[in-house]
Amino acid sequence: MVNADDIWKFLEEVEDPEIPILNVVEMGIVRDVQWREVHNNWVVTITPTYSGCPAMKTIEEDVMQCLADHGLNEAKVETILSPPWTTDWMTAEACEKLRQTGIAPPEKNSADKGLLMGVRKEIKCPRCHSKQTTMVSQFGSTACKSLYKCNDCLEPFDYFKCI
Amino acid sequence: MIMKHRDYYLTIADTLLILGQRLSEWCGHGPAIEEDIALSNVALDYIGQATALYKEVSEKAGEGKSEDDYAFLRDAWEFKNLLLVELPKGDYGYTIARQFLFSTWYYHFLEALHNSKDEFLKGFAAKSIKEVKYHFQHSRDWMLRLGAGTEESNSRMQAALNEIWEFTGEMFINSKAELEAIADGTGVDNAKLLDVWQRIVGAVIQEAELTLPSDAWMQKGGKEGKHSEHIGFVLAEMQFLQRAYPGSKW
Ligand SMILES: [Zn+2]
Repeated sequence: MVNADDIWKFLEEVEDPEIPILNVVEMGIVRDVQWREVHNNWVVTITPTYSGCPAMKTIEEDVMQCLADHGLNEAKVETILSPPWTTDWMTAEACEKLRQTGIAPPEKNSADKGLLMGVRKEIKCPRCHSKQTTMVSQFGSTACKSLYKCNDCLEPFDYFKCI
Repeated sequence: MIMKHRDYYLTIADTLLILGQRLSEWCGHGPAIEEDIALSNVALDYIGQATALYKEVSEKAGEGKSEDDYAFLRDAWEFKNLLLVELPKGDYGYTIARQFLFSTWYYHFLEALHNSKDEFLKGFAAKSIKEVKYHFQHSRDWMLRLGAGTEESNSRMQAALNEIWEFTGEMFINSKAELEAIADGTGVDNAKLLDVWQRIVGAVIQEAELTLPSDAWMQKGGKEGKHSEHIGFVLAEMQFLQRAYPGSKW
């Protein structure tokens, strides 16, 4: 008989479809794994990163597939919106993996109001660690990233913006 | 089962859906690839937010409709969106001006909605405001860049502002559904958002070397289902597939 810890472990096999170096557990997308008497089954709760995240359906299907691969054919997947996903839930390992792939990880403290006044955080180049960087576009290859360029090594890079 | 604030939910959702649809018209037509991507991402956020609201109505209102039915099978007079969002996308400056005027209101609307007595709307606001902060910043950046840009970009931004201005008033009046929602602590009193909106919009317009349009007679009616002719064109495109091939899925 599997327990919740086993299922959390299984779910680490599910890649984030847009950033395959990360899995859905370290992304903070999986919120809960629970046995529910009413369903007489396991329920995995997930939450979208962005309301408009086009990968959500794929993630749900991949989670179902992963559970089925481990013999949990009847398990359910539930999506919740609240509390809202935040980059603060991404694990330290996840941030390190991002950095190694050339994506600047989110600056901590997502509750930043300066943004509204046009104040921007200093973003370090993931390659040469220079602080001399410029934002090229607010929206990068996916909704969760912005496009930056480094003024020292001149490389463009993605920044995983905090929400 | 009757959902007390069905129309309030739909008022918010319809505005988001129609604006998302208008923005998605830029997909493949942006002035630069970065902007193409930016506006498509913003459109996806709005459509995602609208979907969450339609889904909630679909589950609570007991009308036997799916979330898609609300988007694809209602006619113009049943839509409760702001007139502002159904206007054609215009040139890039026009789209940016609308985004800026809209997202400044929407950000503060969500901030207030976070105090709602309705648990779902409270959660919805907390989630959406994180996204809208970036939408606002994107449009603000472009207001400054185009306004304080060349003579050509400045005059086009000014023309856009002048044209859109009369459609901004509707954001600050409350429809019947909104008044009912305000009465029991569910909804946001839009009239109270005018001050902060004017302050931010005024400051950015000034910094962008543009002129605040003079107060004019304001258009209204969208939230009560009285629309401009433009909504028909939006719906014709958005609803075509479900109308031509009812129930089709992929
Ligand atoms: Zn560098």
